[in-house]
Amino acid sequence: MRKIPSFFQTICLVLTAIAVVVLIAVFGGLIVFPTPDALFAALTSGEIWFAVQLSLTTAVISTLCCVAVAVPVAYVMTRTPFAGKRWINILLNLPLSLPPLVAGVALLIFLSPVTSPVGQLLSSFGIFIVYTPVAIVIAQFFVNLPYMIRIARSTFAMISPRYEHVARTLGCSEWRALSQVTLPMAKSGLAAGIVITWSKAMGEFGAVLMLAGAIAMKTETLPIALFLNMSTGDLDMAIAAALILLVISGVTLLIVECAGDGRGAVYA
Amino acid sequence: MLEISGLTLSLGEFRFTDLSVSVANGEYCIILGPTGAGKTILLETIAGIHSPDKGQIFLDGADITNAPPEQRGIGMVYQDYMLFPHMTVKENIGFGLRQRGVPKGERDTAAETMAKTLGIAHLLDRYPATLSGGEQQRTAIARALVLNPRVLLLDEPLSALDTVTRDRMRREIKEIHRKTGVTILHITHHFEDIYALADRVVVMKDGEVAQEGTPETILRRPASDFIANFTGMENLFSGTAVCNEDGTAELSVGSVKLFAATDLTGQVRIGIRPEDLILSTKPLDSSARNSLPGTVTGIAENGIYSKISVECGDEMVLTAALTRQSVERLKLHTGAEVWVTFKATAVHVFR
Repeated sequence: MRKIPSFFQTICLVLTAIAVVVLIAVFGGLIVFPTPDALFAALTSGEIWFAVQLSLTTAVISTLCCVAVAVPVAYVMTRTPFAGKRWINILLNLPLSLPPLVAGVALLIFLSPVTSPVGQLLSSFGIFIVYTPVAIVIAQFFVNLPYMIRIARSTFAMISPRYEHVARTLGCSEWRALSQVTLPMAKSGLAAGIVITWSKAMGEFGAVLMLAGAIAMKTETLPIALFLNMSTGDLDMAIAAALILLVISGVTLLIVECAGDGRGAVYA
Repeated sequence: MLEISGLTLSLGEFRFTDLSVSVANGEYCIILGPTGAGKTILLETIAGIHSPDKGQIFLDGADITNAPPEQRGIGMVYQDYMLFPHMTVKENIGFGLRQRGVPKGERDTAAETMAKTLGIAHLLDRYPATLSGGEQQRTAIARALVLNPRVLLLDEPLSALDTVTRDRMRREIKEIHRKTGVTILHITHHFEDIYALADRVVVMKDGEVAQEGTPETILRRPASDFIANFTGMENLFSGTAVCNEDGTAELSVGSVKLFAATDLTGQVRIGIRPEDLILSTKPLDSSARNSLPGTVTGIAENGIYSKISVECGDEMVLTAALTRQSVERLKLHTGAEVWVTFKATAVHVFR
């Protein structure tokens, strides 16, 4: 005989079912709305390909930068006690709760030759960052770094420092203890962090809009392409950009879920 | 010879103050102390993980206080082994040799030889997660020993194991010590470990050395109530001692008189180990100087032993440890009249 769910369980199940149906309907609509021919034309257009390439390149570079900075920062935040750590932690986490638009404006003010001495100094060397593809990388890096630090931190926090202590007594320098013991043990956690950071970089809009502007065929990443084409009423193009971003999110989620399965071991 | 002199460190909640311990070459030294006494921090400091606030560490005469861990030649085995989970047993054992640049072939041979010595040769290609506690323990010891350390530090090596494995591992560690002659510093909160293993024992309390000596001294002549309690000496009384000329003393505990071998006089503490007491239903005609009549006030089952409480006079309740067979043979029950007999040398007198 099957068990009859309680009233409480029934309500929760029904609400879950509604959420699933709504999600499928909303995202399904995006796929169904354009005619296949128009969608194919948009997906193969030069503008969308430019956006895909620009997004891929900038996201890969900014993710690599995030990893290069986040790993040592997260390592020191979990391993070394120092004064003011709590405040530094809050500061590092601040961009997490800040709207990316605000981060973008702050970056713009900081780097613009018109408003800041830093920007003036850079321009005196002939370096102009604002409204260039470099600005896209900087905006993505700035907004995503706290996420990467957070993931790397929780990964390192799960690995007991005693593994490194033992490695040291077995003849490792600090560098080797990190590279031969801690990093291999943190591998899957860091990999998940890299995938999430990259996917967020692909979709970053607010900060990029502020610092790099929305210049067609110059600083036009996928989200910017979506925005520009919506503004001009070119729905097929906008939907093509949106679909690509949707697929990237889905794949990212799948990768993280699968990696998460193999990550059952906690090296406490 | 490992010499720790005036070592002081406070780290979080843990601290130790002005700690001086020395371990001779080839010696098996146990540091005994309650959990949370900062014993692991002490071992990590000796290994070079933490630098002390004050004091020095010498190894064979050389000051290693500021040497990095990788240059000390001190091996360490943690209570939870800390085997590298992403490496096989063979790779774990060969890890230290790899750091020294030993080629793979030699490394594997050395790992196999060491694994054979420790009886884990059949596990070389397994990963640590698939091993039992005892097997992990052996792997961790092999990983440290393969480098021929000058000192091996063992952090509670027997605590995480089940009783049967623990007894076997205790014998094996003793055997490893005998075979390799490595100097061992072992920390534990189990006083049972000191019987079978230690050449010398250092008892720590509140980050300081409370007593130091052979296991015999610690068990028979505890320096304080803390140590007496800690080593399972359950019968503790206060009394006065009057010395006789033959090296024995007469002790008064309330109205009860006892004989002991001591040269202390005046106010003293008196301790008698439960396993040194003999119970009988009639007075025993024996060489033992102390024989007291009493009444059984309680019998507590405690595994293979039973703890029998016997009231002998107003202020004295003695606890004896008897096997269950003995309890049945003597037909002991609450209220039974018994005689408690023990030698003068079983009565330990300290201040």
